[in-house]
Amino acid sequence: MLGIFASIIDGVLVGLVYGLAAMGLTLIWGVMDVINLTHGVMIVAGMFALFLLTSALGLNPYVAMLPVLIGGFLVGVALYWISIHRMVGRPPLMSLLSTFAVNLVLIGVGTAVWGTALFNVEVSVPGISMGRYTFPGAHIVAAVLAAVIAAVLYLFLQHTRLGKSVRAVANNREAAELVGIPTTRVLAISVGLGVALAGISGVLIATLFPFTVLSGDGYQLKGFVVTVLGGFGNPVGALLGGVALGLLEGAVTPFVPVSWTLVIEFVLFVLVLIAFPTGIFRSRRGAL
Amino acid sequence: MLSMLRRPFFWIITLAVVAFALAPVYGNDVSLRESLLLDALYITLASNLNLILGYAGYVNFGSIVFFGLGGYICVWLVNSYSWPLAPSLMVAGVCVSALALIFGLGILRLRGAFFALATIGVIEAVQAFVENFTPWGGSAGIYLSSEIFRPLGGPAHALWVIYFMMVAVMGLSLYLSYAIKTSKFGLGLLAIGQNEDAAAILGVPTPLYKALVYSVSAFLPAIAGGLYFFKSAFIQPSDAFDLSLSTEALVVGMLGGQGTVTGVAIGAFLYEELRGYLLTSSTFANFQLVVSGALLLLIVLFFPGGLMGFIYSRFPRTQKVLE
Repeated sequence: MLGIFASIIDGVLVGLVYGLAAMGLTLIWGVMDVINLTHGVMIVAGMFALFLLTSALGLNPYVAMLPVLIGGFLVGVALYWISIHRMVGRPPLMSLLSTFAVNLVLIGVGTAVWGTALFNVEVSVPGISMGRYTFPGAHIVAAVLAAVIAAVLYLFLQHTRLGKSVRAVANNREAAELVGIPTTRVLAISVGLGVALAGISGVLIATLFPFTVLSGDGYQLKGFVVTVLGGFGNPVGALLGGVALGLLEGAVTPFVPVSWTLVIEFVLFVLVLIAFPTGIFRSRRGAL
Repeated sequence: MLSMLRRPFFWIITLAVVAFALAPVYGNDVSLRESLLLDALYITLASNLNLILGYAGYVNFGSIVFFGLGGYICVWLVNSYSWPLAPSLMVAGVCVSALALIFGLGILRLRGAFFALATIGVIEAVQAFVENFTPWGGSAGIYLSSEIFRPLGGPAHALWVIYFMMVAVMGLSLYLSYAIKTSKFGLGLLAIGQNEDAAAILGVPTPLYKALVYSVSAFLPAIAGGLYFFKSAFIQPSDAFDLSLSTEALVVGMLGGQGTVTGVAIGAFLYEELRGYLLTSSTFANFQLVVSGALLLLIVLFFPGGLMGFIYSRFPRTQKVLE
């Protein structure tokens, strides 16, 4: 009984981090109907930024989140002007290809510089014990931070002027333009936010697991599943979708090899989309 | 079918295939043959991807799955059941096509970008299956003994036979692309690419056509995979499902001009020659992905029509001859 309880808690802890990892992807997707295929590599960029900041400057891993946040935002704005600006409003396949191209370039540079070796960052946070089970402290901190970040994003979108502009642009770009919202600037800021979120989630994931230049792919793929489960651009939905995924993984790992979990998640992705061809949250699409 | 013989483009393809087949024979040039073999492989993969990418407007990130699975089935039949090469290739092609039809009926109910994401899932599924499937050697793969080349007249002779077969597969891919483009089926696909809802309303059976083209585009890449891995006498998951080959097929299609037969073939040829140069040059060997990524970005941003789009706009009369 305690075992089931412990594995549920473990699923929730991992799931909250999956949710955070998907949040940037789903934000950009929801606001401008662009699937950012550089998301995975931006998560990896966050991981390596943490590695460099902690090993070179000796920063505390959680303090390192701040420079990653700022850097990620700037990188995101640059990404918008390089590969997304000309694609907004064109068939979604074109932005898929243009972000994929940037992804190839970054992966290429990353593998040329770091190869595909494993890196890890040491974090010591005391864990919490419950009978025979101990939950690692880093997992708990990461899960709590993920929930806090989702809440902050939610409040930002609901209650600030800029957040409301983002929602207006997502809802109807022409109408937003007509009432005087600088849509291009809002789109650039949204991509900046999305990439900053990817970077932070990379930092938190790097405190939990070892990583390589190619680790981002798995999180990006989970991000697609989380997005269709939780709704486009919805930070709270992303957390719930992530938790659903974490629990699912906990439930299937005793029975199937690890390499199959992603396949099971993708079957879920396809089934959800077939059952709801335009997305579960279609009515709320663009409403964030 | 006979009306094809009166079209100039049919003879242009035939001429290109004959030139491919004969070029290395003249002077017995083995290194030219190896380079042209890779060209033929890229043209095959890109032309078949073009059926779905260029005609129907669907991005398939997982086209490499057909190539890898075809290679596995063929190598497995040759190794474990001592089948001759030709029937193994046919069985590989038919099996992979049938499998693609089944997958296609499932995932092609997804539209546009969702389909593209689901094809990534297909890669994961197939790779997970192969790595856990013991008859195929799991992640270690399958090695063939050099005995397998004996029925083809020894290794040296066998390499020539394989080369001619690869050129034949390339020729079939080009004829297939052309035949589909000029058929009612092709017209339906192009309509889907323009506006799927409008096509459905006008009576194009869109789900069936999409599943069919997905399946058809699997057949020749599977055979090419069989030939390629039979030639290397070794197959393992990381080679068979090398994602960069999928990527390169996309880049090539965009480079030449998606939806055109000539452009994709020329794009594949140019790209493979460029890649051969980059791999041998010491500066660029590590930056192959960077180069294909930058190339793709530039094309998507500034030349969405690709090479043929440029040629068509400069020389409009070529549209009548070059498909």
